[in-house]
Amino acid sequence: MTATATSRLSGLPDSPADLRTFLHGLPGVDKVGIEARAAALGTRSVKTSSKAQAIDLAIRMVDLTTLEGADTPGKVRALSAKALRPDPADPTCPAVAAVCVYPAMVPTAAAVLAGSGVHLASVATAFPSGQAPLDVKLADTRDAVAGGADEIDMVISRGAFLAGDYGKVFDEIVAVKEAAGPAHLKVILETGELGTYDNVRRASWLAMLAGAHFIKTSTGKVGVNATLPVTLVMLEAVRDFRERYGRQVGVKPAGGIRTTKDAIKYLVMINETCGDDWLSPDWFRFGASSLLNDLLMQRTKLTTGHYAGPDYFTLD
Amino acid sequence: MFEYAPAPESRSIVSLAPSYGLFIDGEFGEAKDTFKTINPADEEVLAEVALASPEDVDRAVAAARRAFTGWSALPGSERAKYLFRIARIIQERSRELAVLESLDNGKPIKESRDVDLPLVAAHFFYYAGWADKLRYAGFGSDPRPLGVAGQVIPWNFPLLMLAWKIAPALATGNTVVLKPAETTPLSALFFADVCRQADLPPGVVNIVTGAGDTGRYLVEHPDVNKVAFTGSTEVGRQIARSVAGTGKRLTLELGGKAANIVFDDAPIDQAVEGIVNGIFFNQGHVCCAGSRLLVQESIAEELLSSLRRRMATLRVGDPLDKNTDVGAINSRAQLDRIIELSEIGSTEGAERWSPPCDLPDRGFWFAPTIFTGVTQAHRIAREEIFGPVLSVLTFRTPAEAVEKANNTPYGLSAGIWSEKGSQILAVADKLRAGVIWANTFNKFDPTSPFGGYKESGYGREGGRHGLEAYLA
Repeated sequence: MTATATSRLSGLPDSPADLRTFLHGLPGVDKVGIEARAAALGTRSVKTSSKAQAIDLAIRMVDLTTLEGADTPGKVRALSAKALRPDPADPTCPAVAAVCVYPAMVPTAAAVLAGSGVHLASVATAFPSGQAPLDVKLADTRDAVAGGADEIDMVISRGAFLAGDYGKVFDEIVAVKEAAGPAHLKVILETGELGTYDNVRRASWLAMLAGAHFIKTSTGKVGVNATLPVTLVMLEAVRDFRERYGRQVGVKPAGGIRTTKDAIKYLVMINETCGDDWLSPDWFRFGASSLLNDLLMQRTKLTTGHYAGPDYFTLD
Repeated sequence: MFEYAPAPESRSIVSLAPSYGLFIDGEFGEAKDTFKTINPADEEVLAEVALASPEDVDRAVAAARRAFTGWSALPGSERAKYLFRIARIIQERSRELAVLESLDNGKPIKESRDVDLPLVAAHFFYYAGWADKLRYAGFGSDPRPLGVAGQVIPWNFPLLMLAWKIAPALATGNTVVLKPAETTPLSALFFADVCRQADLPPGVVNIVTGAGDTGRYLVEHPDVNKVAFTGSTEVGRQIARSVAGTGKRLTLELGGKAANIVFDDAPIDQAVEGIVNGIFFNQGHVCCAGSRLLVQESIAEELLSSLRRRMATLRVGDPLDKNTDVGAINSRAQLDRIIELSEIGSTEGAERWSPPCDLPDRGFWFAPTIFTGVTQAHRIAREEIFGPVLSVLTFRTPAEAVEKANNTPYGLSAGIWSEKGSQILAVADKLRAGVIWANTFNKFDPTSPFGGYKESGYGREGGRHGLEAYLA
């Protein structure tokens, strides 16, 4: 572990052995209990004025994402245009938080988004598997930032994490953060590959200790992506981390959130776990693509009183 | 702040008559002497309900006696059909019954909808399944019903307690006269209507409404063979005295002062949820509520600060709002008792804390409250408060936790929070309580027997064990 990393927070474990002791000393997560709590929060009834408020907030929290091999400059330009004005028919509809693309597409998106206030996120570090040498990951990161990305979504080495090599994961995050320079760093834990809630809590703390600005659930590229209970564990982690170290870290569930109903469940969960401070696009994001149109559809329904068909909303 | 707009469940699904008579021999009678039942959330009168006289109780017991001959002679599979039918009708009418229960009792709609009603239906389904298998239940090769069961139930889970009593009684071939609590008679009367809808033979289930006197006539009635009571330990003692020497069979499910034990290796966030669920579920009107929190001293401060933060998110108010977590106290009398014991807690030197919350002007309300710095010598650590009031005590070692947990005249339930399986098993083994939850609390299932040690009563309800109380 590097000296620069350890100097960031006082009281930080300062050797791989200490790190291990620290992470394994965190309180456990009871699987039945956390799932029951997430399900219970999911039964909150959010209607009328609070639903309208929630929908606009959710739109402002969307990281509008395309991460396909088939992405082209045309597709990315279209997506970026949509990010700026999600509902061309309604000027009161807010813009999304960011556009999220592969590094190769960053300059294309940057050209559309420049000066708009909509952030530009790039996945990096051999997304989605993270199985590449460190220098490749760092070069990936530097390229994305040089191309205009102001947010980097990196993946952790799940292999190293599961092998118990927490020091390696920690050092990688520190190195990527340094390579990312001024860009905000989101650390993807790929919770679907971590297997247990205890691991999710440990990985969350590990990423935060290493300096992550955001912790993110998933790449969207494995079988299980964001879930409510996993996000709840992460929200508890950022809440407890701030209480302990005084630094606030954001949370981004990604993958599989497609409906307004789902999005509202996440907002309720933030509201009743971390409170107000996290109910902002600065501290919570949805990594999603199809979610946005459902939010727009529900938004139109609330303002006009009836549902419009899918053809009334732009494809991308 | 993300405020939730009011989300009230519509009460139009329940149509209430201005008055209700007794349900005897398959018919609703005229209501002569009556008393009022009110909505504890706003003190509005919901309906007038008949006050059963000794003669009324006589008629009800006689009707049950007449019905017993035919009902007990039915093959178990035939009785099962009626019980399955009742269970299905309850499911079909669950929304109506849930709203009714919240109106009459004051409990949040999310609890009556998601906890009470599903459990009520599950209980009837479960015992319907036993009706034709009694010979294999382990109570002899030819178990016989007892006769007429006189059943008296409390106001905290009106319909669920009814199900706990009536389902096993009917499955085993007994007939029933049931008295619901004075403050919550309505769901039992609606259940009578469910029985009619299910074509249950007249007299198999009779509902007599009234107060303490009606209950006493019923349990002291010479032609009752079996008495089942759920309620306070004080009344349970009177019943035990009056039934002694009569040859009547008796089961009592009484008070509790359960210890919820949190060890230093507990999953903290889930333990906090369990503590909240243990004491604030149903406004703490739960005989098995985790009303004594025993927390290991080394994590007490951290746990309590998490608990306070969590309590600040509890939503207290309109029971029919779908987002309400804590509803109304069931009656003025109960509210007075909670206030009195809480004041005693402060006077005796415990530190009282409640989150800021706006309570409605009308109705009976009490903010979720914790007392810290409580010792075994405090009355709030010994007496059942039956309200949203938690007493927090600390311990140093597992042995001390067990000693303190058992140092109570009650023994209904207990909770253990630890990530260490061996510790859970070792402690559970030493606790003198009928139900012990590990890393959860207030979980109920019709297949699981429920009942207490010591002053929490005797006999078990639920599961195979629950059949025994109704078989000879």
